Amino acid sequence: MRHLLSIADLSKIEALSILNTAETLSRVSDGPMKKLPTLRGRTIVNLFAEDSTRTRISFEAAAKRLSADVINFSAKGSSVSKGESLKDTAQTLQAMGADAVIIRHSASGAAQTLADNQWMSGSVINAGDGTHEHPSQALLDAFTIRKHLGHDGDDLTGIRVAIIGDILHSRVARSNVLLLTMLGAHVTLVAPPTLLPVGVESWPVTISYDFDQVIESVDAVMMLRIQLERMSEMFFPNAREYSRYFGLNKDRLAKMKANAIVLHPGPMNRGLEITADSADSARSVILEQVTNGVSVRMAILYLLLAGSQELEFSL
Amino acid sequence: MSLALPAPDMARAITRISHEILERNSGSESITLLGIPTRGAHLASRIATSMREIAGQEIQCGTLDITLHRDDLRLRPPRALMPTNIPPLGVEGRDVVLVDDVLFSGRTIRAALDALGEIGRPRTVQLAVLVDRGHRQLPIRADYVGKNLPTSPSQVIKVHMTELDGVDEVTLEEGEM
Repeated sequence: MRHLLSIADLSKIEALSILNTAETLSRVSDGPMKKLPTLRGRTIVNLFAEDSTRTRISFEAAAKRLSADVINFSAKGSSVSKGESLKDTAQTLQAMGADAVIIRHSASGAAQTLADNQWMSGSVINAGDGTHEHPSQALLDAFTIRKHLGHDGDDLTGIRVAIIGDILHSRVARSNVLLLTMLGAHVTLVAPPTLLPVGVESWPVTISYDFDQVIESVDAVMMLRIQLERMSEMFFPNAREYSRYFGLNKDRLAKMKANAIVLHPGPMNRGLEITADSADSARSVILEQVTNGVSVRMAILYLLLAGSQELEFSL
Repeated sequence: MSLALPAPDMARAITRISHEILERNSGSESITLLGIPTRGAHLASRIATSMREIAGQEIQCGTLDITLHRDDLRLRPPRALMPTNIPPLGVEGRDVVLVDDVLFSGRTIRAALDALGEIGRPRTVQLAVLVDRGHRQLPIRADYVGKNLPTSPSQVIKVHMTELDGVDEVTLEEGEM
């Protein structure tokens, strides 16, 4: 494993080894050893050509806890806004000696392009590309679900997860469907028909338009953000109607199974897809997702960067 | 392949190390055993059991994974991480005894000293190993040795323990040259 571009490239063993490594690392971060020397002398570039708070900060925190040097690079205020191509940017980073590039880009496939062309020799980690994939988010979601509902070291067999909202534009949903089903969970997508992608029938999931019916039977509810910046077309009549049919509120929260949890990748639109009291309820693990994100990203960086790249990792 | 240490000798070595640790530290109150996974951790819990029988007191015993502190990480494929469990009294001001199965280059112990330094400041750090096979690359020595086993660098020492391998023994194999 040299790059992390999409969940589709991962085997189940690789996915589980990332989760198990993250489990050990999370215990390390809880304990007395906050900072580890593991990636001392390695340079990691955060190349963010699209806005992000938690993913960028999370990767930065993960890299710093492993003692790597982090260079933050955002498109705003850099030469990218002057029209520099991805190729030139990549070659510049290579010339500066980057061991890994974490890339967030609005174009689907940007990370793949960076990895396929020999513009740079380091590892490429996809931190979200267009509407394609967001693998580290799916891994931290699976980690959080497993921590609450599964067993250490196990997969997610028998766990039922509902993903609600804008599936059409969501890279988080795509990565999660691939990962959760690979780990044995059953996934139900709930969305208005206008927010489901073409070809969704071929995905290994159940599709529903009725949130109230689904919510009673699932162990985890993953609310997706309504991406207002991508809502130029009329996907639903208005925000109030969307909230009524597909939002998480107090009444729906009360119908959930006893141990069921609520996830949200953030940032939340409080009052649109999730009410404030649901987001702050005891079922909500949204802040825990942020904490777990750092451990999962430490695991990704450790497995990609700590060892020799010529040799393959096995369990 | 030859048998370097059969089960009864291994048991005797563990008992002897337990006595020596108690004698050197005049009692067990200040001692914290930390085993280095995988086999060092099992060895530490056996020594702790044996010390408990001899001293009739609870022994602080835990594990210390040193993978993240290794200096040879880049030379090998990524390693799976093992758990670190520091016993309740911690390491601050304690007499810490690191426990490992085989002492060879000394690099594992160097990494363990680094890892330990991140956790706290023990009063003393001592080292117990089941087998010392020589060929040190660093100025490190063991305080308690089960058996000194002269080897050539190409030979392979394998420690088997019932917890993991179903049998207690140490074998010496000729490596490929």
